[in-house]
Amino acid sequence: MTHRSDRTLRVQALARVEGEGGMLVRTRAGRVEEVRLDIYEPPRFFEAFLQGRRHTEPPDITARICGICPIAYQMSSCNAIEAACGVEVPQAVRDLRRLIYCGEWIESHALHIYLLHAPDFLGYHGAVEMAADHLEVVQRGLQLKKTGNDIMEVIGGRAIHPINVRVGGFYRAPSKRELTNLVPRVEQARDAALETLHWAAGFDYPDFEQDYEFVALRHPADYPITEGRIVSSGGLDIPVREFEDHVAEEHVPHSTALHARLDGRRYMTGPMARYNLNADRLPASVRAAAAEAGLGPLESNPFRSILVRAVETLYACEEALRLLDTYEPPDPPAVDVPAVPGTGHGATEAPRGVLYHRYDLGEDGIIRAAKIVPPTSQNQAQIEDDLRRFVEPRLELELDELTRRCEQAIRNYDPCISCSTHFLDLRVEEA
Amino acid sequence: MAKPRLAVWKFASCDGCQLTLLDCEDELLDIAGEVEIAHFLEASSGTVAGPYDVSLVEGSITTPEDAERIRRVREQSRFLVTIGACATSGGIQALRNFGDVDEFRSLVYAQPQYIATLEHSTGIADHVRVDFELRGCPIDKGQLLEVLTAFLHGRRPGIPSHSVCLDCKRAGNVCVMVAHGTPCLGPVTHTGCGALCPSYQRGCYGCFGPMETPNTASMTTWLGRLGMRREDVVRVYRTFNANAPAFREESEAHDASQ
Repeated sequence: MTHRSDRTLRVQALARVEGEGGMLVRTRAGRVEEVRLDIYEPPRFFEAFLQGRRHTEPPDITARICGICPIAYQMSSCNAIEAACGVEVPQAVRDLRRLIYCGEWIESHALHIYLLHAPDFLGYHGAVEMAADHLEVVQRGLQLKKTGNDIMEVIGGRAIHPINVRVGGFYRAPSKRELTNLVPRVEQARDAALETLHWAAGFDYPDFEQDYEFVALRHPADYPITEGRIVSSGGLDIPVREFEDHVAEEHVPHSTALHARLDGRRYMTGPMARYNLNADRLPASVRAAAAEAGLGPLESNPFRSILVRAVETLYACEEALRLLDTYEPPDPPAVDVPAVPGTGHGATEAPRGVLYHRYDLGEDGIIRAAKIVPPTSQNQAQIEDDLRRFVEPRLELELDELTRRCEQAIRNYDPCISCSTHFLDLRVEEA
Repeated sequence: MAKPRLAVWKFASCDGCQLTLLDCEDELLDIAGEVEIAHFLEASSGTVAGPYDVSLVEGSITTPEDAERIRRVREQSRFLVTIGACATSGGIQALRNFGDVDEFRSLVYAQPQYIATLEHSTGIADHVRVDFELRGCPIDKGQLLEVLTAFLHGRRPGIPSHSVCLDCKRAGNVCVMVAHGTPCLGPVTHTGCGALCPSYQRGCYGCFGPMETPNTASMTTWLGRLGMRREDVVRVYRTFNANAPAFREESEAHDASQ
């Protein structure tokens, strides 16, 4: 019989993540010897074929990096191009951008909470299987997700790869009536988000508090979505344009995604990082709901990130209602952004964390170079470290059970492998 | 009677077209009542071995491994339907087909020797027999439901193949090209989106790819009359369906670098 301290946990294709990747954990004599989040999703070379395109093209092109968070790509690219050209968009455009981004947070978080992550806590293969026993719960999740998509469809034209976003603003500003029609649905979604938080508060969570360095945007007044400085729990506080002075990507053999490090250190970005660095920017009602669900001002157990996603979903509904209430159509819907040679940087909070873009523009408005750092490549080193720490004290578990729990630990990060460039197949082999 | 088995497969893509199935929030549980979702990794860790009655395939073929994998998917599938621009024509990653992939690889990756990739990104039909191609970047939810329903009932899908222009006329849109001088690929682009862009005051950018027998030469002449320069005309045809023959040939006809 194989000794339990020498084992290989291998998942060829991870399920319930976006994109293609696998996992390998090898232990010897009770110690973790090797951990790999294998990313084998084929590379798509976006940064290369952005070269030679016009400065107006990145919102449509980079949206195609990810079908789950296209707004994040459109917004980070707009911020970067506008910064390069020295244009500031008016408040009404910024508000409409924030509103459509709230739609994406609701859609993406509801997808992850209900379809990708909750089945782990309740012991199902997926949400369809879960619906056999928890029909009302799954329907609540689907309707919540649908409301996020509704917001994106009304403003963006469609939920996947919206067509109405452009550098400088929007092609057409929706009428007040089009947006007011959304209010009753978003009110229902707010109630559903609160029920989601109460529901998830009843799950069993493994003890796994870790000491992380969190990285997120921070804004003087608002919970960060569309703008802010880049800050960390380790004391970093920089404007977006200095991101590359501190974050370097390295290329490792087992991945078509690059691993990012902050001044040489691994770090975490995403909902937990945002919450830990910005809980004071949440409205009192949302903070009270978080406290009632058992979340303190600092949460350091990544398995409880599902609770933080529920809090952020609640916030996104509240924020959407505020923005809907005060909406005035931006007139004109977009400002002109004439090309100016130079470099621009942009970062926004994608559902999975900080999404950074840089563009170097030539004299003619043609892109000379582009750089994109998605959240999942920033989290990869941290995911691997979590697996290492999670496995060692649990080597006595049955191999299938341990492997299943490792997959759950990966899903804590809602990894988007399509973004980071990649399909996961989870299989366990005895060493 | 056993329920028909549905499988969903992913190749090089953004996940958006398979997400469209999960975006059928009102219909998803009903679909799951009618078919056995036997392989859909994004939605479930429970998988059932083939054969499958219908396979939906997202994504393009860009690696030697994927060229092998699509053959195995075909062998296990009674009907194989491609969903979206990547699976149908190679997607945006087919922009590599016009450049030097080695250069692309070294632009993005510090250690290009770790990256195995093919020189071209190609649609699924370049590799195996395909029973139906559903267009769009992304696909339309209503069309996806129609295709699924049709194959599960053993009939051909009722998916029209005219141009976007007809949809604009039906929607009562004022023509953005005639009235506002906005360049619009609607006259040569396959229907499916419901004339979304013109409804939002922008020109169609061709995300459903070329319609059947498009007059791209005339389209290009009109784009020129609206003031579009030759290099911009090339870019307009080279986006999400750059490798679809009608768009590829038209862009190559005007590409000064070739």
